[in-house]
Amino acid sequence: MERTEAELIAAVLRGDAASFEPLIQKYSPRVFATARRYARRESEVEDIAQEVWLKAFQKLKSFRGEAPFEHWLMRLAVRTCYDFLRGHQRNRETTFSELTDTEGDWLERFVKQPDSVSEHADAARQLIERVLAQLSPPARLVITLLEIEDRSVKEIAKLTGWSVPLVKVRAFRARAEMRKLLTKIAKEKYL
Amino acid sequence: MNVAELNHKLIAAARANPPSDRVPYAFEKRILARLAGQRMPDDWALWARALWRAAAPCVAIMMLFSVWSYLAPNGNVPAGDLSQEFENTLLAAVDQEQPAEPAR
Repeated sequence: MERTEAELIAAVLRGDAASFEPLIQKYSPRVFATARRYARRESEVEDIAQEVWLKAFQKLKSFRGEAPFEHWLMRLAVRTCYDFLRGHQRNRETTFSELTDTEGDWLERFVKQPDSVSEHADAARQLIERVLAQLSPPARLVITLLEIEDRSVKEIAKLTGWSVPLVKVRAFRARAEMRKLLTKIAKEKYL
Repeated sequence: MNVAELNHKLIAAARANPPSDRVPYAFEKRILARLAGQRMPDDWALWARALWRAAAPCVAIMMLFSVWSYLAPNGNVPAGDLSQEFENTLLAAVDQEQPAEPAR
């Protein structure tokens, strides 16, 4: 008979680490998808996922079972991703003159006929990844959660541990930062 | 270039291309292997380990001071009654001469 999540967690807390395996199998796809939002290299993604699970094991005592395990785990995953972003702040003062040919072509077509370009194009995906990589860690986190994953401010506050007003302030600043970057692209490319 | 429209298009591109949720082969086995090497953290165990680690340097320092106090030359120390010397040291401030009172 298959054991419930609560039974598995209770078994892990009693010292049966093997009971953690079904939880890892069940929720790893979500953890990996979250990690891939913030890390580009696959080795980094795996490091983040591994850290999330090790932290989950160590902090399992703090899981009170009031909310689903998945919510608790995703909070941990988002916070670990944010720590990763803060720890890997690269030099964001790079220029956009190094756009690939496909990205450049996509932009050219966008300038000529904005409605004709597809957001499903690989070039658009690469370009947004490039722009997100240039954002500061809080801006990137907020844009990802609010704009891309379409979460509410309240949800983001719960996920990140920030207060609702702080999320709103950071969202305002993140949008401004994003606009500034896109303006920079426009200037570098067409001025 | 319409920056607001570009922003809208790029966000739509990110939404249209969600990241893969692929998990590397035997990932859960690797995590369990890592966990096997570390037990659930126990506060008392952490304290005990820290105290055991601190014990060796403390013993070493104690031995050093013992050897030093045993071997240190005591030529400058005047021989005498230890209790008397202790009392003198303790009351040194009181024994100091009081400044002369001003003449009235």
